[in-house]
Amino acid sequence: MTTKPKHIILNTTDLAIGYTSKKSKSIVASNINIELHRGELVGLVGANGIGKSTLLRTLTTLQNPLGGSIKLNNKTLSNYSAIELAKTMSLVLTEQIVSKNLSVFELIALGRQPYTNWIGNMQAEDISMVNQALKLANIYDIRYKKCFELSDGQLQKVMIARALAQDTDLIILDEPTTHLDMYHKAYILKLLQKLVKETNKTILFSSHEIDLAIQLCDKMVVMVKDNVEADQPCNLITKGVFQSLFPKDLIDFDSNTGSFRVKK
Amino acid sequence: MPNKSTYKLAFTVLIILLLFCFFANISLGSVSISNSELLNILLGTSKNNSLHQIVFNYRLPKAFTAIIVGSGLGVSGLMMQTLFRNPLAGPFVLGITSGASLGVALIIMGSAAFGGILVGSLVTKWGIVIAASLGSFLVLLSVLVVSSRVRDTMAILIIGLMFGSITTAIVSVLSFFSSAEELQQYIFWGFGSLGNLSWEEVFILFIIYFFGILLSLSSIKALNTLLLGENYARSLGLHIKRSRLVIIVATSLLAGTITAFTGPIAFIGLAIPHMTRQIFNTSNHKLLLPAVFIFGAIIMLICDSIAQLPTSDYTLPINVITSLIGAPVVIWLLVRKRKMVF
Repeated sequence: MTTKPKHIILNTTDLAIGYTSKKSKSIVASNINIELHRGELVGLVGANGIGKSTLLRTLTTLQNPLGGSIKLNNKTLSNYSAIELAKTMSLVLTEQIVSKNLSVFELIALGRQPYTNWIGNMQAEDISMVNQALKLANIYDIRYKKCFELSDGQLQKVMIARALAQDTDLIILDEPTTHLDMYHKAYILKLLQKLVKETNKTILFSSHEIDLAIQLCDKMVVMVKDNVEADQPCNLITKGVFQSLFPKDLIDFDSNTGSFRVKK
Repeated sequence: MPNKSTYKLAFTVLIILLLFCFFANISLGSVSISNSELLNILLGTSKNNSLHQIVFNYRLPKAFTAIIVGSGLGVSGLMMQTLFRNPLAGPFVLGITSGASLGVALIIMGSAAFGGILVGSLVTKWGIVIAASLGSFLVLLSVLVVSSRVRDTMAILIIGLMFGSITTAIVSVLSFFSSAEELQQYIFWGFGSLGNLSWEEVFILFIIYFFGILLSLSSIKALNTLLLGENYARSLGLHIKRSRLVIIVATSLLAGTITAFTGPIAFIGLAIPHMTRQIFNTSNHKLLLPAVFIFGAIIMLICDSIAQLPTSDYTLPINVITSLIGAPVVIWLLVRKRKMVF
């Protein structure tokens, strides 16, 4: 536990998220107050349909907040220009990339786009950033492979390296562990933990791997009905937040082991 | 890993091939011109005035037109395929050809429908060029207006196809009421032709084409970013709507003007990017776009040389050749590599 004041990367105040149509607003979640500091690994968990994606879409400016404010590095999110934002926040999405005919190196190099000139020429600094990202993500030896030759686990590492190369304070990942086997789920989350330690970036990811997140995250944002809690995992367990995460008829949270059990 | 020097070599080979095809194209035709004679003509030291006339007033403008058409359609096809993330897209998915066809159909066959001698008198070369330009411009404008209201790029593709259907239907109505002679004239325009352009027309074509190429060069970075998908592109700071507009305007300048001057040249815009991807095996537009540019010019010169049926007096429609040559080459490339590079 450090006592010195931490630099706040992202904070939301009374944020309300949801969708607007011509006739009405449908609020998915409101009163969201979260604060992410530099060098934190933050897991966002919640049941399906509770609004995790809506929250991430709002934080990444894909949709507008319905109320409250979001500040990134102490500046209101909507005041960022596209390029400024690209230099402060990078994304790893669940969607497939369009062309898998890019080599790993080329794909990660695209992460340098906010910094390159009109035609995208790489300077020495850009190349060294790409190489650094390749090494951090342990994929330096597959850098000349084409993306279609990669396994899902490798591809996810490549996408994470691309976000690293973008050199932003905050990296947001949308369900980075879907489609992966148990080992690779742990591997990817462990990698994120290592990256936070080594680069002092802030990483926010949504996941359904609650057990793993409890073990690895510095902080967790738990979305339950009508409430969003953000705290250290052990505090959340003490508060009993995880018990209210799912309907209680099938599974139950065991505070001692920090994991869910199927009811017998 | 293919490194920079292999690409340099490939580009050198392509440029040499382009020069070779250019000279072969000029020397071939109904009258065969020997290499030494050709050199004399080009240097202005030839005494044969009629050959000089043929080369300077017919074959050279035709060869330049072929280069403009091949490179312009290839580049616009590449841009459309990347923008729409669709290997079946070509320069004409936005309804440019159908718009041009409508314009031309209106002035060739519209006289029957509107009963005016006035309309009939417009059937000159410039009349057709202007009608085709106006037609494609209007259809494109409609597509742009409608598509500015949609967020999804795929919707633009469908909207373009729908506008294409509407114009095709109108052309069908016109053809139904027109005379056999008018119908023939319209169909002949649809065959496409590279050889009808004077130096003046080549010059005007070139200026607009030049701006189209400049715009597409300025889109290289955006095109590469779009390879990741639109959401990633946006997260990298790309203004999707603005880049989309620039790419669409570049395509319409290139494909629209080319179609106005030469008629709808089929297939090149769709096939050249595929051929180039198979050969270069890259999706990086910094390499792909110049490669498509040169490759398109080469293929068009070759197609035109064949269409001339050297030493005979006949000339086949260029559209026949582009498809006859192009389709088997694409099939062969796909079968040989067993998978599509996109």
